[in-house]
Amino acid sequence: MDALIRMEAITKVYTVGDEPLWALRGVSLQVMPGEYVAIMGPSGSGKSTMMNILGCLDRPTDGRYWFDGVDVGSLNDDELTLLRNQKIGFVFQSFNLLPRTTALENVELALLYAGVRAAERRRRAIEALEQVGLGDRLHHKPNELSGGQQQRVAIARALVNHPRLLLADEPTGALDSHTSEEILGLFEALNDQGHTVILVTHEPDVGQHAKRIIRFQDGQIIADQRNAERRRVVAQAQKGGT
Amino acid sequence: MPFTETVRIALRAILTNKMRSALTMLGIIIGVASVIMLAAIGNGSSLQIRQNIESLGANLLQISPTAAREGGVSLGAGSRPSLTMADVQAIAQQDTAVAAVVPVLSISGQVVWGPNNYETSIQGTTWNYGQVRPTPVAEGRSFTPQEQAQSATVAVLGATVLQNLFPPGFNPIGQTIEINRVPFTVIGVLQTEGATGFVNQDDRIIIPITTMENDLDSVPFVNQILASAKSAADMNLAQAEITATLRADHHLAPSQADDFQIFNQATLLSSLSSVSATLTALLTGVAAISLLVGGIGIMNIMLVSVTERTREIGIRKAIGATRGMILTQFVIEAVTVSALGGLLGAIVGVGGSGILGRLMHTPAPVSGTSVAVAFLFALLVGVVFGVYPARKAALLKPIDALRFE
Repeated sequence: MDALIRMEAITKVYTVGDEPLWALRGVSLQVMPGEYVAIMGPSGSGKSTMMNILGCLDRPTDGRYWFDGVDVGSLNDDELTLLRNQKIGFVFQSFNLLPRTTALENVELALLYAGVRAAERRRRAIEALEQVGLGDRLHHKPNELSGGQQQRVAIARALVNHPRLLLADEPTGALDSHTSEEILGLFEALNDQGHTVILVTHEPDVGQHAKRIIRFQDGQIIADQRNAERRRVVAQAQKGGT
Repeated sequence: MPFTETVRIALRAILTNKMRSALTMLGIIIGVASVIMLAAIGNGSSLQIRQNIESLGANLLQISPTAAREGGVSLGAGSRPSLTMADVQAIAQQDTAVAAVVPVLSISGQVVWGPNNYETSIQGTTWNYGQVRPTPVAEGRSFTPQEQAQSATVAVLGATVLQNLFPPGFNPIGQTIEINRVPFTVIGVLQTEGATGFVNQDDRIIIPITTMENDLDSVPFVNQILASAKSAADMNLAQAEITATLRADHHLAPSQADDFQIFNQATLLSSLSSVSATLTALLTGVAAISLLVGGIGIMNIMLVSVTERTREIGIRKAIGATRGMILTQFVIEAVTVSALGGLLGAIVGVGGSGILGRLMHTPAPVSGTSVAVAFLFALLVGVVFGVYPARKAALLKPIDALRFE
């Protein structure tokens, strides 16, 4: 099987004043389709920069990056936008839904930019919202939804174009522990259905849900291993139920 | 992404900030409305000037003596008596481009009817005065060639004289009035003409010139000769012919200057038209500047909007909006504001022109061109001033925009 993500010697240097700031110092990485990866590390470790480059929101200073077989460095800004739209679903810590816009319209937005026709858009957006358990909240605006529900809308929006990768940046950072479990359970279920999930977090509890944990420090990978003690929300929920 | 969707997004953004959008629009509304209204008033006043001048008679040439000079001091136009009835006859016989020619001899006269008296201008002329200078009668009639030949003491009153001499609603036809103590029979009343320039055209009495010479003022001169050219195109030819005829009649040597002056209505009309056109252009230009200021208002508010919505732009870009889509969205937003403002401004402008015209008692015809130009200019202003903020939005980097709090 071909790797979904292949990075070779990626570096990212920010210039702050006269000082060069090394956010990434030569990172190489492969992620196969169907993986559930947690990228972990303290703040300033480079994991946010990593997330931006993985999500094609930012370009590396040096090194090469292939996403789904495409050399990302060869794409212009509009091609990158198209790639994000078609192949990557984003979930952010602060949900990043459009205010004063219903759940349905927020989800439809990703389809709108993909050029999907109105009727098809509506059908697929409803389907995605039902998939995350919000079939009865289609016409609620973000301020009428709880944090967990808002994050579900964001996940539905991320899923609606059937992306190759689900990229979540501290998806539970703004949620209480119970709701966090719900959202992590949703990621788990999506991964079980075959979605590739990459989770960026600094919380060990959250990272423990992934199948593979990559640890960052000072812009480098210091550990990359299978998660032997993986916690499963589904299993826990069953335990709690008995 | 379909264009209608972009328009929908833009409309939603405008509706989200109703107050702000309305105030932004107000700048455009005022600009467009004032362009339309000022153009209408400008057109109206030049139309009125034209009508006033043309009401004096079509293709009118006024000939008057030049100013007499005494010791280098000008005594004013018409102060030197140089025009005579012989001149009138010469012009009538010789000048082919002239359709009709009449003399005017005027004096100031005291008019009495019963206990009432009034001071007005008495104008002696020939029966065909109306051919040169249209003076339709409201009541009664003008004098006939026979009355002129017999030096009949008949008078036609201007409307102002009628008001000042007779009680309201009184029919003066057949009444006897005294002009400078000579009794005259009133045979007609002129229609109201209104003022032309500073002269009240209704404040006069017209009598046959022969009667004037016999009974009131026996000078061998006339104050003014009025001629009408056969057509507008003949105006300059008629003027040249009259000049030649009068110079010959007055035995002027080539080195001598004219002892008369000809006032050409066409020249006056064209110079007044160009003055009023310049004024209209000036006013409209000032109004256009207010439209420009309105455009700057749009740019200002769009820049604020882009800053406020940085995060929204980041979200849109992250999930798939290209630069072009963001650019289009914001330009359409600006253009929608300016187009709506332009539309409302056009309505206000057309309505306001009507009201202003009524208030100022001048015609204020709204020209379709001015509406179209003002509206298109408003649209253009929207595009021009919308592009910069939209470009700023489009060029935002998604990560910077997403991180923006």
